[in-house]
Amino acid sequence: MTLSAFLFQAINGLSTASGLFFIAAGLSLIFGVTRIVNIAHGSLYMLGTYIAYSLAMKIGGAVGFWGGIVLTALIVGAIGALIEVVLLRRIYRAPELFQLLATFALVLVINDATLWLWGPEDLLGPRAPGLAGAVEIFGRRLPSYDLFLIVIAPAALIVLHFALAKTRFGRLMRAATQDREMVGALGVNQAVLFTSVFALGAMLAGLGGALQVAREPANLATDLAVIGDAFVVVVVGGMGSISGAYLAAIIIAEVKALCIAIGVVDLGFMSVNFSKFTLVAEFIVMAIVLIARPYGLLGKPQGNVRSVAEPENPIRPATPMLKMLGAVILVLLLALPLMAQTSPYLLVLGTDVLIAVIFATSLHFIMGPGGMHSFGHAAYFGLGAYGAALLMKLAGLPMLAALLAAPLVALIGALLFGWFAVRLSGVYLAMLTLAFAQIVWALVFQWEGFTGGSNGVIGVWPAAPFDKSGAYFLLALACAVAAILLLRRFLFAPFGYAMRAGRDSPLRAEAIGIDVKRIHWLGFAIAGCVCGIAGGLFAFAKGSISPEAISVTRSIDGLVMVLLGGIQTLVGPVVGASVYAVLQDTVMRQTEYWRALLGVIILVLVLAFPQGIAGALSSLTRKLGRKSGGAA
Amino acid sequence: MRAQAYLYSLAFVLAAGLSVPAFAQDTIKIGELNSYKAQPAFLDPYKKGMDLALEEINSKGGVNGKKLELIIRDDGGNPGEAVRVAEELVTREGVVALSGTFLSNIGLAVANFAGQKKVFFLASEPLTDKITWAEGNKYTYRLRATTYMQTAMLMPAAIAAHAKRWALVYPNYEYGQSAVATFKEMIKKAQPDVEFVTEQATPLGKLDAGAVAQAIDDAKPDAIFNVLFGGDLAKFVREGNTRGVFKNRTVVSLLSGEPEYLDPLGAETPVGWTVTGYPWDKIKTPEHVAFLTAYQKKYSDYPRLGSIVGYTTIKSLAAGLAKTKALDADSMVEAFKGLYVQSPFGPFQYRASDHQATMGAYVGKLALEKGKGTMDDFKYVDGASVLPSDAEVAKLRPAGAN
Repeated sequence: MTLSAFLFQAINGLSTASGLFFIAAGLSLIFGVTRIVNIAHGSLYMLGTYIAYSLAMKIGGAVGFWGGIVLTALIVGAIGALIEVVLLRRIYRAPELFQLLATFALVLVINDATLWLWGPEDLLGPRAPGLAGAVEIFGRRLPSYDLFLIVIAPAALIVLHFALAKTRFGRLMRAATQDREMVGALGVNQAVLFTSVFALGAMLAGLGGALQVAREPANLATDLAVIGDAFVVVVVGGMGSISGAYLAAIIIAEVKALCIAIGVVDLGFMSVNFSKFTLVAEFIVMAIVLIARPYGLLGKPQGNVRSVAEPENPIRPATPMLKMLGAVILVLLLALPLMAQTSPYLLVLGTDVLIAVIFATSLHFIMGPGGMHSFGHAAYFGLGAYGAALLMKLAGLPMLAALLAAPLVALIGALLFGWFAVRLSGVYLAMLTLAFAQIVWALVFQWEGFTGGSNGVIGVWPAAPFDKSGAYFLLALACAVAAILLLRRFLFAPFGYAMRAGRDSPLRAEAIGIDVKRIHWLGFAIAGCVCGIAGGLFAFAKGSISPEAISVTRSIDGLVMVLLGGIQTLVGPVVGASVYAVLQDTVMRQTEYWRALLGVIILVLVLAFPQGIAGALSSLTRKLGRKSGGAA
Repeated sequence: MRAQAYLYSLAFVLAAGLSVPAFAQDTIKIGELNSYKAQPAFLDPYKKGMDLALEEINSKGGVNGKKLELIIRDDGGNPGEAVRVAEELVTREGVVALSGTFLSNIGLAVANFAGQKKVFFLASEPLTDKITWAEGNKYTYRLRATTYMQTAMLMPAAIAAHAKRWALVYPNYEYGQSAVATFKEMIKKAQPDVEFVTEQATPLGKLDAGAVAQAIDDAKPDAIFNVLFGGDLAKFVREGNTRGVFKNRTVVSLLSGEPEYLDPLGAETPVGWTVTGYPWDKIKTPEHVAFLTAYQKKYSDYPRLGSIVGYTTIKSLAAGLAKTKALDADSMVEAFKGLYVQSPFGPFQYRASDHQATMGAYVGKLALEKGKGTMDDFKYVDGASVLPSDAEVAKLRPAGAN
């Protein structure tokens, strides 16, 4: 590898960084001001590519291409404004993170809408008029469009920087990023500010997507492919810092270009293909940056958001009514294998629901009472599942022993990752957990000889008597009940109070002698350990396990379940997981456009129950109790 | 009040979904599961192909006097859900056979499920050799020409290039990895002095095209073996063309001649690549013309390779069912042994030895006509001609898989 080749790859990296920058900048602005984790940002980017493609093809020529890109940015910006006004504005008063659920539903809806409008085939746009060729640098040909991209991103950065620094709108935005309640108290119209910020962020995403039209085809998988990268860039750069986003985009793009340039290296005893590291490079960078600099490269500690949601009620032991209800449900579930003679599928679905319940309850344990929003809970699910499957396949452990080992494997992982994660807070903690999950995923994916690579481990079926779906269901039920009761017990023990004290007021908790980090670390480990049970059950229920079980999608599923049920109640995750699992199973059968249907149902639920389903029910019963004069 | 109304409607939806459908006895039910949402470019035409075959079969009175009924499910694009959907099709819908799946890991998980629960499964599209070889089982058959077969079909062109320095580029998962492993093994056997100057394993769907194309160019290969497909292929081709990576180099490429992946390239189509694919407008055999006419009449659209696979999947199942008359899985397994099927690509057979269909593929060179990509100078390679012998595959399959 010559020096000129390396330098040239560095230039390639710069043009890739431009694409990353646009989507990350928008995401960063939106998060900074509105504190919304906008998962639909990738969808807006994807829409940008599709709309720019259509404009370029319909109008044609330089006007269609260049004019189309500008027009696309405006259209996507308008869509963003629409989303904010129609949907998000209604749920700003919901508990923290709840808006994530709405944007997740939007991902589903936008993807199906795009499929319906543009069809399933990839659409490769025209080359850029005027920049179709290549220029020669270091004796190599660089597409002139790449050169344009290399210039346009810093240009946009400078414009944004000055807009933020010098204009009134920019000052308001920076003020809102620091303390949005204060901005509101000073008489600034928050509604308009939020709408315009969201529109601006969406516009940048649309522009970023539109600029790619000359480089890559419009493709329906883009939305989820870019959103992960975008979050990484934002977090590495520091939330709310535009310059940080650009710096981070460059670092990540350069690291990847370097991996590709190095290629296969023979180390004597083994040969390493560095191009495979592009799978996980950005997450390794993120983990290193977050461990070394907890607020990203150029970020500052986040200002406290005084929650606009209703304050959380203290948790109370279950009322006699809830206990009764729980007992009735338990009896019904115990009788399910008898009732399911005519429809054995109920047991299969039931087992899946129970696995989801364990998964969601363990996540809720750290998200709700622990206040640690884990975006990578799938890691412990996967560790449990792979642990059980591999111990049975390779070590020849009997099934029940392997199942018992699942939570231990997950515990080890959670102890290790948790130690780093609890040193951060808020969205940085969330992203570090995501990075760890991605690293676990990549490790499992790459280590073919041990984990089976992308195929995973197959042929892990339960031993008799659990090979019958009825018996397996009862096993899952026993695990679920044990897991839920165990986690509840922790919450009502002094440990649980200490964990919540650490969440609500770390300073005061430290002052009265609670080692907050240690308590949170243990909480994190307990949650991971219990999640491992779900993973182990999953592996044996499906007879196989593959890297999808650790993917971001599963982590997001967990968040969706917890938020859907209601993060502020203890039965929330149980309700949320049950509803989501059954809903997904049912909806997938109803229509070809099941994703859109699922998205719409979630949106309806989001608007109807801004505190989650269980949250809404419990506040309803409280109100009724108050009305009838009973003690609440 | 409002919340309650939502709850009621939700309960209603759930109840409707859980209720057990009435079993109709005058039809034979087939359960088809696939990643329709995750891989729409291939599976949308696939579904059309299935519907066409179903219509043809049922308009002629069905199979053994019973109509075929197809129950289609999305597998959610991941193995865990696929296995649940498979269980739902078997236990709740009472299907006699399963078919479908696209990605290798999902195909393997469902095949393993079929083996465990003794359900007949025809894996239509997944290409991994493991389904029929290392992880093969009694209850699983596979239609599509495998990674091994398609790579073997390209070998004559690869060897004829007499290239010493090869660059390899492939998506970093089972399909890409096994294609490259097979390719390396075969070319080393034919040409022991061959050298692999770079190996680019790219994340599926997230190819960094500029850097990868450049790294290949910098390695100064004589020839390139490409396994990328879909959006990754389009990106790679555009960057490669602009940077002159393919100039004066032999390129041998898997699947790139399939309309699903070739059509999006349009005027960018890299002329001269040797590919496997499906030149739908140029195959003039009577079987194919009949299929093409029927397809275009029904959909006023041209078929993609997915259409052929979907169509032939249903035709295969119908042929198997007609041969056995009995509807249990073991009879189906017996019926498929050596089963002859008429397809738009001509007749082929399901081998008794490894449960692999001998349906072949078209191998030819990419060409550009009127701004669109097509194949030139192509021929049909029968799958049987590239598959290892029965004795050899017996060693590859686990004991008791037959």
